[in-house]
This record gives sequence, C-alpha cells and structure tokens, in this order.
Amino acid sequence: MTTAMQDSPGHESAGTKTYLRIDDLTKNFGAFTALRDVSLEIYEGEFVCFLGPSGCGKTTLLRCIAGLDYQTAGRIAQGGTDISALPPSERDFGIVFQSYALFPNLTVQKNIAYGLENRKVGKADTERKVAELLELVGLEGQGPKYPAQLSGGQQQRVALARALATSPGLLLLDEPLSALDARVRVHLRHEIRQLQERLGVTTIMVTHDQEEALTMADRIVVMNHGVIEQIGTPTEVYGTPKTAFVADFVGTMNFMPGTAAGAGRVRLGTVELNCAAMNGISEGTPVTVAVRPEDFVVRCTDGANGNAFEAEIDDMEFLGSFYRAELKVPGMGESRIVVDLSVNAVRDLELAGGRSLPVAVPSDHILVFPAD
Amino acid sequence: MAVTTIGAGAVKPKVSGDERMMRVGIVVIGLFLLIGLLLPLYAMMSKSFQDSDGNFIGLANYAEYFSTPALFFSIYNSLTVSVLATVITISFAFVYAYALTRSCMPFKGVFRAIALIPILAPSLLPAISLVYFFGKQGIIKSWLFGESIYGPIGIVIGEVFWTFPHAMMILVTALSITDARLYEAAAALRTSKIRTFFTVTLPGAKYGVISAIFVVFTLVFTDFGVPKVIGGQYNVLSVDIYKQVIGQQNFEMGAVVSVVLLIPAVISFTIDRIVQRRQVALLSARAVPLEPKPNRTIDTSMLIVCGIIAFVIVSIIVMAGYASFVQFWPYNLNLVLSNYDFDVMDGGGWDSYTNSIQMAAWTAVIGTAFIFTGAYLVEKGQGFKKGRTVIHFLAILPLAVPGMVLGLSYIFFFNHPDNPFGFIYHTMAILVVVTIAHFYTVSHLTAVTALKQMDPEFEAVSASLKVPFYKTFWRVTVPVCMPSIINIAVYLFVNAMTTVSAVIFLYAPDTTLAAVAVLNMDDAGDIAPAAAMAMLIFATNAVLYSIYSLGTRGLQARTQAWRKR
Repeated sequence: MTTAMQDSPGHESAGTKTYLRIDDLTKNFGAFTALRDVSLEIYEGEFVCFLGPSGCGKTTLLRCIAGLDYQTAGRIAQGGTDISALPPSERDFGIVFQSYALFPNLTVQKNIAYGLENRKVGKADTERKVAELLELVGLEGQGPKYPAQLSGGQQQRVALARALATSPGLLLLDEPLSALDARVRVHLRHEIRQLQERLGVTTIMVTHDQEEALTMADRIVVMNHGVIEQIGTPTEVYGTPKTAFVADFVGTMNFMPGTAAGAGRVRLGTVELNCAAMNGISEGTPVTVAVRPEDFVVRCTDGANGNAFEAEIDDMEFLGSFYRAELKVPGMGESRIVVDLSVNAVRDLELAGGRSLPVAVPSDHILVFPAD
Repeated sequence: MAVTTIGAGAVKPKVSGDERMMRVGIVVIGLFLLIGLLLPLYAMMSKSFQDSDGNFIGLANYAEYFSTPALFFSIYNSLTVSVLATVITISFAFVYAYALTRSCMPFKGVFRAIALIPILAPSLLPAISLVYFFGKQGIIKSWLFGESIYGPIGIVIGEVFWTFPHAMMILVTALSITDARLYEAAAALRTSKIRTFFTVTLPGAKYGVISAIFVVFTLVFTDFGVPKVIGGQYNVLSVDIYKQVIGQQNFEMGAVVSVVLLIPAVISFTIDRIVQRRQVALLSARAVPLEPKPNRTIDTSMLIVCGIIAFVIVSIIVMAGYASFVQFWPYNLNLVLSNYDFDVMDGGGWDSYTNSIQMAAWTAVIGTAFIFTGAYLVEKGQGFKKGRTVIHFLAILPLAVPGMVLGLSYIFFFNHPDNPFGFIYHTMAILVVVTIAHFYTVSHLTAVTALKQMDPEFEAVSASLKVPFYKTFWRVTVPVCMPSIINIAVYLFVNAMTTVSAVIFLYAPDTTLAAVAVLNMDDAGDIAPAAAMAMLIFATNAVLYSIYSLGTRGLQARTQAWRKR
C-alpha cells in the first residue's frame, strides 16, 4: 500500500516523512476552476499554512482534503492510503471552522466528548479525556457552561479541543482566528502553535492573513487563482518570493518598472543597479524590480559598490518604532519608493521632508521579475 | 490497492452510509409527495377530459362548461369578490401592521393577539356570525340599506375577517425589517414625513405588500367556507365544485371547475415566487433596528383605527359565541346549552368533534415529524442534488393547490379500483394525509428557515468526529429547532381543526369532522348549533394557542437555556 509513496522522490532526505500527498488536484465548479493541477506534500508533524487572497482556492483545497468537497480530478493520499473518494466520515481528521460550529445546546464538556461518546469509550475514560483536553486548552472548570456563555477566544479553544479529542492524524483549521479581535488573535496564534508542537499533530491552516502564516507555519503554501505560487518556509516566502504575486501578497514591496541591462544589472530610468539574481532574463527585456522597504540603506552608502542613488524625502509617516518614508528619485521619473527608516537613523541624519540623501540597496536584496 | 499510476481521471466519491440513509429518506418523502399530491392532481386533470364512463373526450367538458353561463359566470364572481376582499384586507392590515411596528400606540400586545383570532376559527364562523348581524333576522340588518348580506357583500366581509391575520403577519414582518439609519438619513436631509413614507417606508415593505396581496387573493379565490354559508345565489368556483360533485354527482364537471380554479391559483403562486426571489436582504448585519418615537397625533389616530378594527374582529367572534347560547333567535333570547347538544342533530354529533381532535393530533404529530425531517434532508443533505431540488419544488407546490381541488383529486385517485392505496379511502388516514399535503408548504418553509439559521458546518464536524448524521440530527438539530418544530405542530393542529375544503369530499360516516359538521348543520338550517360547533373549534384552538404562547416561555427557559449568555 505504501509502495506508491516510496516510489516518489523521497523527502526522506529532509529527514521527514510524507504524511499527506496531493497529486494534480483539479476542482471545477461548473465553468469555474477553483483548483488547477495542485500538487503538494505535507510531512508528518508539520504545520502548514495555505495562504492567499479570498477566492484563491485555499478553502476549496482544505475541503477536498477533508472530503467535504470532492475534487474533479487528482488524488489525495493520507498516511500512504488513497483517500480521494472516501466520504469525510471515513477519513481521519479533526476540523475547526471559522464559525467554530459548536453545538449550541450542548455544554462545553458534551461538545468535547461528542466524538468520544460514539467510539464506545468508557464513561470514566471520556470524562478523564475531556478534563485533560480542557486543561490542555486552558479552560479548566468551564466544562458545564454553554458555548454562548464563553468569549470568542474561549469558544475557539473548545472547538480545538473537540477536534483533538479523537486524536486525529490530521488537524484542519479553516480561518480559525478570523472572527476574533486583534489582541486575542495574536495570543491564540501562539497558543495554537505551542499546542500543535506539543501534540505533534500534522496541521493545515487556511488563512488570508500573511502575518498569521509567517508567525505560525513551518511552511507556507501561497495560492492564487487556483494554483500554488510558492511553497516554502516563512523566511523563503518573505525573503525570496518566486513570483511578483508572492512578493506583493506577503509583506510590503516596492515595485519599479525597469529593463534588464545584462550581466546582473538592471536599469531603472537613468539609475543602474547591480542585482544578484537575474532569473535568466536576457538583456533588454522589460522587468519589474522589487525591493522591500526595510532593505534600503541610508547609512554608510559609500561602500555600496555603486548600488546607490540620490533621492528626496517627499513625506514621512511616524509608525512608532520606525518611520515609513516616501521618496522621490529624480533618476526614476514620477514613481515613488517606500523606504523604512529606523528612528535612530532619522535622528542621527536629521532626516525630514524635503531632504535629499543617498540611498543604497544591497544587490542580494533586489528581486527581478519579468514585467507583466 | 496501491495506486501507482496517478491518473487525471474523474473522482467517483464513495457513498457513505450516512448518505445512503439520507437518499432513502429523500426518496420516501418524494414518494409521499408523489402519492399525496402529484398523482391525485394528475388523476383529476385527466378526469376533466373524460366522460362519465371514463372515455377520453378531449375538450368536450370544457366546451360544455363555457357554454353554460350559470357555470362560467362564477369565474367573474370569484374574481370580483377576490379583488374586493384583497384591496380591503390589505388596506386595513397595512394600517394595523404599521401601527404595531412603527408607532408608539399603547396595548400593542393586545392588538396583536386580537388580530390573530380569525386564524383560530374556521372560515364558516365569520359567515355564520354575519348572518346574525345582517341576515333576515339580523340585529343591524338595516345598516345594509336593503341590500342582502347573502351574496358578494357577505362574502367580502367574511373573507376580510378571515384573511386579515394572514396579511397582517406578512406586513408586520415586512415593516419590522428596516434600517433606522435610512430614516435618520432622510431626516438629516430634511425630508418631509409624507415623502419619507413614500420613498423609504413603502419601497422597503414593497415585497411584503406584494406577497400579502397574492396570499390574500389566493385564500379568498379558493375559499369555500364563507361563500358556502353566505354566498346565497352568488355562485363562486369553489362552491360550484361542491355543487357539481355533491349535488349533481357530476364528477367530470367538478374536475373541469377544479382546473379552472387551479389555474389562477397557480399563476398567483408563480408570480409570488418570482417576486420573492427578487427580494434582497434589506437588513445588513450592521443595520440598526428602528425604534418608533412617540408622536401624539399618529399614536392617537392609530389607536382609534386599530381600536375599530379590533372591535369588529372581537364582535364577530362574540356574536357567534352569543348566538350559540341563545335558545331561539330572535324570539327567545334565553341563554341555554341546548345548541351544544350535537348528538340530536345532523352532522355527526359530538363524535365529529372528537374525530377532529384525533385527526388534528395525528396531523400535528406525523406531519411535523415528516415535514421537518424532509426539510432537514433537503437543506442539510449531501449529494443527490437532483433529488433534493425535486423535493423542494414539490414541497412548495401544495400552496398553489386549493383544498377543494386536492380533496376532489383524492377521490379520483384513491377511489380508483386499481389503486393499491385504495384501502385508506374512507378512513381517518386519508384525512390525515390530505391535511398534511394541503398544509405542507408553510410548515416546510418554517422548517427550512429554522434550519438555515443553523451553522452549515455542524454536519461536517460530526462527520469528522465519525458521528452518524441521525445522531447529530437528534441531539443537536431537533433540540435547537424545537421552537420552530412546536410552531409547525401548532400550525398543523389549528389548520386541521378548521379546514373544510380539503376534507369535505373525503370524510366517511364514522369519520365526520367538526368543521364539516358546522357546514352540514348550517346547510340543514341549524344555524345556532353550527355556530356552537364553530365556537367549539375556535375555543379548542384558542386554548391550545394560549398554552403554546405561555408554554413556549416556560419551554424556552428550560430547553433553550443555552441561548442565554
């Protein structure tokens, strides 16, 4: 049964075992294609986030994995078994929805015990397990309450405890934090991640919040228009986005139109810069050059190997721990660039609106994409 | 079963045990609606193209119908009273509903309760009451300036009384859902009150008004009780069916009139459906509910208008009640109980009352269980989309079928010698089946509305926890929907008690019903006993309704504890 899995080019090299494997998954809703040839492997014990804007297919992919929707074509294997055609009740997963879907007429205890009661687990064992889970999610003593008597964050934890009660091999989280207010959300992010690490349960979370994905995930699957744009660790996805979409969707990014000037150089108006990777783009091709606001350097720009240009501060916005400045670059025409300036740089260099200053970019922080 | 080749072939989902059970359930519901609705209607329609020996004769029956002025003139009559009654009912009901929702008129609770009274009585009751007011020996006969109450005047007044609560409830709902911010914006723009009414209030309630118009029109057009009692020589379609079938034993002509009655009902129903679909949610999640502000002029005038309407409603009931105790109207006004001695009159005696209770109870219990389960399968079922769509359509259909038509259809279908279900003919069972079928739609829609408010992911969660769907249905869905389930049961009970049209052709000597007895006693000239039986039905429903209203409060406290924060 596992031969198929072993045949695949092993990720064993990474010291991890593939737990969930998705091959060429396609899902059509009538004429609309929600997923197109999606292939993906998820390793045992991993925390993976599906990240993308609404309508990108991330929820559809999750629902296909759960069996709540069936793919039009393609195959899903969990733990080496093909589950493509199985109904949800014959798959092995626990799920938490954005709405929590707690049974409103049952107490917290009974909600958590709901799946256990059906497994012929003894009454004492069930009670012990429920108490354990309540403690695990930090809700000791809240068992006899009804869901409506709990706060949003607490309801979320009950939903989590209920999903974990039957010790599923796979935990699916469908935008679990979106309905909560910002403070609770940040707190729960941390808690869910800790809990997942403690239990070692393979987890997939769907989110449209890039911060959530960056802070929680082992690996992020960035999706757009039904296809996977990039799979990578948070650092990879943020630092070396493979496509302009990923660069734009994750974090803040400056996009500047330019031309490939051959041999690791790009031209932006009259400014020419060195860049590390050209992604095989030939000279003269129009390109989009991307730089993160925090990757611009304003101190010691002399040693930047010529990767510097003059700019004028147009506007500065104080954001507490740093300034976000909008800069006019005389050599680049009308377009503005956004640059993050540290508070001490602003202080030391006495920066203010209207000031001109040299700005440098390290060549390895310049991303070049083909222009669209 | 290792899958070594990764094909792009289409995925054939495996059908789970849950899904298989649901499919069986959907098929069962579908069969009920097929046998209880579609096949009888088909039998009735084909009968209209046959002669009395069952030979196909094309449109000959229709030709005969339209060449008999006495018959086809009823179409005109039916339309006339329906339009008149609709206009009057909607006007009164709109003012009443407006007062209840948009004014600070006192005693709103009392007014609301009074407006619901007519629902608890058979439509025969207002007609009988009108006879005591305006009949040959009526106490205020002179108010009609020599016109007779027996005819269009009586029918329209009776129908306005009987359809008033239906229109009022729809309009109250339509006027309740509004966004206060629209009115604040209008006020901020210095819009006059009158202009605000025409630019904000009316457009907001537009769909409610349209819906109420169609509902009232259909009710009046197809009603049998009021015109039967007070129609006199003024023939309308539903009474024609009765006369053809019961009076002349001309079943084929009865079928023709049924088709003639069915067509406008179906058209009205279809238009209403289309209009309903256009209705977009006026109420976004962030809408601010409108709190009416006191306004002396408006509140006082509303109180006066509603007071008059409520007074008329109450006096119609009180008159029937009073008359039912009078020894010999109008010569001996002593109050006695002799009119309640039903066993000495035609119509089935007290047995018909106990039969009615029995029939209503069965309808409420079986009907509620059946309809709610059906709505659940339609709403929450997975897969089998075609089946679910068909059921949903079939469930909406009974609203378009007048009771008389359904009843007559049952004769043709169940009384057919080859029908394997023929054994239920002339039993209590057929009365229960026809009543459930007749009142299916409203119950179904109530259930669907309740189910739509449930989190759509409950089923997904229980599947992930490997709990079969029926367990979640029983442990979560049913308890959470309990208020709506009881609401459906009460609706079915009350209607089963008052309905005449659906059962008039189907009762047997040992299954006579109270509402039918009212009709038969009235027919025989025993108007006081008819009033007494009608009051008995009303009282039964009123008691049940009071228990329901008080009980839901208690029940809410116990079974719905989880709703509280």
